[in-house]
Amino acid sequence: MTAIDTTRPVAPARPPFFRRRSAVPGFALTLGLTIAVLSTVVLIPLFAVALKAGHQPPSEFLKEAFSARALAAYRLSFGAAFLAAAVNGVFGLVTAWALVRYEFPLKGLINGLIDLPFALPTAVAGIALTALYAETGWIGALAKPLGWKIAYTPLGVVVALTFIGLPFVVRTLEPVMRDLSADVEEAAATLGAGRIDTIRRVILPALMPAWLTGFALAFARGVGEYGSVIFIAGNMPYRSEIAPLLIIIQLEEYKYAGAAAIAVVMLGVSFAMLFVINAIQAWARRRA
Amino acid sequence: MSDHPHRLAHEDAPWLKAVVLTVVAAFLVLVLLLPMAVVFVEALRKGLDPALEAIRTPDAQAAIKLTLITAAITVPFNAVFGVCAAWAVAKHRFPGKALLITLIDLPFSVSPVVAGLIYVLIFGAQGWFGEWLLDHDIKIIFALPGIVLATIFVTFPFVARELIPLMQEQGVDEEEAAVSMGASGLRTFWSVTAPNIRWGLLYGVLLCNARAMGEFGAVSVVSGHIRGLTNTMPLHIEILYNEYDFVGAFSVAALLCLLAVVTLVLKTLLEIAQPPSRRVGH
Repeated sequence: MTAIDTTRPVAPARPPFFRRRSAVPGFALTLGLTIAVLSTVVLIPLFAVALKAGHQPPSEFLKEAFSARALAAYRLSFGAAFLAAAVNGVFGLVTAWALVRYEFPLKGLINGLIDLPFALPTAVAGIALTALYAETGWIGALAKPLGWKIAYTPLGVVVALTFIGLPFVVRTLEPVMRDLSADVEEAAATLGAGRIDTIRRVILPALMPAWLTGFALAFARGVGEYGSVIFIAGNMPYRSEIAPLLIIIQLEEYKYAGAAAIAVVMLGVSFAMLFVINAIQAWARRRA
Repeated sequence: MSDHPHRLAHEDAPWLKAVVLTVVAAFLVLVLLLPMAVVFVEALRKGLDPALEAIRTPDAQAAIKLTLITAAITVPFNAVFGVCAAWAVAKHRFPGKALLITLIDLPFSVSPVVAGLIYVLIFGAQGWFGEWLLDHDIKIIFALPGIVLATIFVTFPFVARELIPLMQEQGVDEEEAAVSMGASGLRTFWSVTAPNIRWGLLYGVLLCNARAMGEFGAVSVVSGHIRGLTNTMPLHIEILYNEYDFVGAFSVAALLCLLAVVTLVLKTLLEIAQPPSRRVGH
């Protein structure tokens, strides 16, 4: 009988809380400053909304947050954002494909133009799209004989959110498409797969996580979007009134608790979207 | 399956290429190009003089000035914060790092209107500090500080999210070498880190600036829309537009459109100077 039981594995030394102290200085200072500013500017103010909304009895909160008018506004904001993200999901995918795979004239210029929605102030986009898609506008006039009314209807909201969301889908897909090895496609072809088969069974599955991320980012942005939408929407209660506008209307009527209630619902959706996007990213990393 | 003997399997057939390019061209013209064109056409509808006149009115000048002041405070603030945050996150290991990155990105997921609302709830007349501020005659909401705060919130992540992946990629070897040779922290930053991140920093600052000058929703909530006093350029556009002064509205809009074009050109140049590390969304 030995004193030391050698069959029992020695537990590895528990890693210290801060595993390897980096030799780079300034950690405490920069982290402290980061957390202080983050808390002051972002976290505590966000907490204030939750407090304000929670300050009223729950029944009151539910009445404000889920009134018929608020429900109609959520339906429009979420529905239009979803449709716009879907439009971008299709056309953004095709656009990214063209930018990555093809050579064509003015490619550099077009590539730069994709980011216009990031650079153009939303109010400018709003009045420009309204001028374009109103019945007197270049496109609105073409749509009118077909019986299509775009500006001042929910369809106008979809148009504005399509503009806002486009770069999210294209820019998320591009790097992944670039990394797609042509070899895999060649291999698929060698094994007898037709081009359509290769696209459906090799290319699209590889793009799926990035496509979903782009879709989710465009959707999340669209749900909260205000500036580009209010000019083109028409802003009719129950019909073409988006949720952020309802918050502003409540504020103008000094109904702070009501505004906070709607804001809390929207924040909840924001957090949920953030969670979904992070989950997609984690899934993509595991697959990679 | 190939209609061209020399075409590789991963190259699309010419007809498919033609279809794709036509669809892309039509989509981009409809969604991006025409909206930009219509701004200038509407601005110049009555000629160049009325357009320039609209930009020269005292209210427009005040709006331009306020927009520039707001950006001049917001952008440096977020640049310093972004460098700080990136230094802490990218050059050190600590628990909760992923959470911190998510929290820094948080403002991008929040509706701009909610961003404005949170400051009204804190600093507004009915807010947490409303009475105290009133007693001490300090105006935050419906004044410059509120506008700056709301703008800082919506542009908060731009610089940090640009720098964090870039600095993570570069690692800590060079900094550790500098420190081991006796350089101070600040010296290490200026002579080792700063040259490595300058293009990424500029890139973040550029995007931050474009958003700061163009922010509408958040500023709209806290501004109070006082003409010549708390109207930024985007808010001035809204007022002119709602008064049916379309030439005026589109003239100021054209100015912001030019800003967007300059931003995109500089952005493209910066991407040539330093190819972007993988980033998701903005």
